[in-house]
Amino acid sequence: MIFGRAIAATILLVVAPALLAGEIPPDARRSGYSFMGPDTRAMQDDDTSNPGMLFVLDGEALWAKKTGNLDKACADCHGDATTSMKGVAARYPAFDKALARPVTLDQRINLCRTNHQQAAALPYESRDLLALSAFIAHQSRGVAITAGDDPELKPFVAQGRDLFMQREGQLNLACTSCHDDNFDKRLAGAPITQGQPTGYPLYRLEWQTLGSIERRLRSCMTGVRAQAYDYGSPELVALELFLMSRARGMPMEAPAVRP
Amino acid sequence: MPYKIIGDTIPKPLTGAPGDPVRGRALVVARTTTCILCHSGPFPEVKFQGDLAPDLTGTGNWWSAGQLRLRLVDASRYNPQTIMPSYYRNDGLVRVGRNFAGKPILSAAEIEDIVAFLVTLRD
Ligand code: HEC
Ligand code: HEC
Repeated sequence: MIFGRAIAATILLVVAPALLAGEIPPDARRSGYSFMGPDTRAMQDDDTSNPGMLFVLDGEALWAKKTGNLDKACADCHGDATTSMKGVAARYPAFDKALARPVTLDQRINLCRTNHQQAAALPYESRDLLALSAFIAHQSRGVAITAGDDPELKPFVAQGRDLFMQREGQLNLACTSCHDDNFDKRLAGAPITQGQPTGYPLYRLEWQTLGSIERRLRSCMTGVRAQAYDYGSPELVALELFLMSRARGMPMEAPAVRP
Repeated sequence: MPYKIIGDTIPKPLTGAPGDPVRGRALVVARTTTCILCHSGPFPEVKFQGDLAPDLTGTGNWWSAGQLRLRLVDASRYNPQTIMPSYYRNDGLVRVGRNFAGKPILSAAEIEDIVAFLVTLRD
């Protein structure tokens, strides 16, 4: 399996020089969905049983709710989200010209709140922030990921890739050790996936709530006994950006369900 | 605890007292020790085992205590690319979590207990 993939990767190098040995060729990429059992898949597939949809509904209400000193709603600037927000989450993190760095969808929502609504930023992993990001990401269901295409993002994608490849923590493992080299194997009985970012924010049965991709990455880091990066840190943003560019062309499936 | 590598072994125990195989078995099957996250073995009571690494059944047939000691202390001596953590090393690591910084994963006595257990895994 590992050898098969190494050979496939070598052949691919001829046409796609950007791919390092060990990285997954585009046509072999699989969402975490494909590693799940039938019950969890059914839960994701049926909107009436997908617990993430409750957050989407909350987000829809927040979208239309006036807030902040300016007493404006998201909808006052962006109108009908089903058209204005379609495909937006598929290209985040996106380069922000004023800040000269990539910002995540969560950070964009908070920039809108502070700059355009004069409202307080929402804390990471708070119910309202998750609800808004789930509502916006839901508008991109089925849309192919294009994040990372902006040439200004190139150094940040490269930084994310370096972080993905770097061993860390007391257990001295890199993201690539599990998610490129050992997906489909079992860690303490549970399947390891390719670590694709297609479903976020998503409902994890283990968490019993919706969570952001940053929460997921922080728990992978804690798992290898590394000091997790802070929410919103440049490193987590770069990792998210790299994961999204690694998933280029895969369809968005937020809010997904995972075990 | 200083140790000396000779060939592919650490021939001398890391401690004065001999390892206890019963304690060693308990350590290997404990999730927090991390072995069975990756390995499986003759541990019928452990429901969730890993398959990232070889089954530990029969380990004592092919490895000596000295070889197993080096494997646990620093597996990268056998295979620089290995994903198996070095259990008795606290240098050359990146971004170790605050609660773990400056400490090896296992103590010298724990390594000796595990070695004493692994050599008993014979068919
Ligand atoms: C020791 C193995 C290991 C390492 C190292 C590791 N992870 Fe994970 N990761 C897991 C497991 C187990 C899960 C939960 C099951 C799954 O989705 O693979 C997971 C889940 C994920 C997911 C969620 C995938 C989904 O479908 O929802 C992402 C994304 C991810 N990891 C990225 C990373 C990144 C980035 C790093 C490095 C900072 C990393 N992982 C390091 C084991 C690991
Ligand atoms: C993150 C994964 C991982 C963890 C955790 C791990 N190992 Fe390993 N181990 C491996 C791999 C992979 C090999 C195969 C050879 C190599 O890569 O060096 C291996 C090889 C071995 C071998 C030699 C097996 C053979 O037949 O060649 C022994 C013995 C062993 N490990 C014992 C342990 C013990 C005991 C622990 C816990 C204290 C442990 N391992 C923790 C991944 C791991």
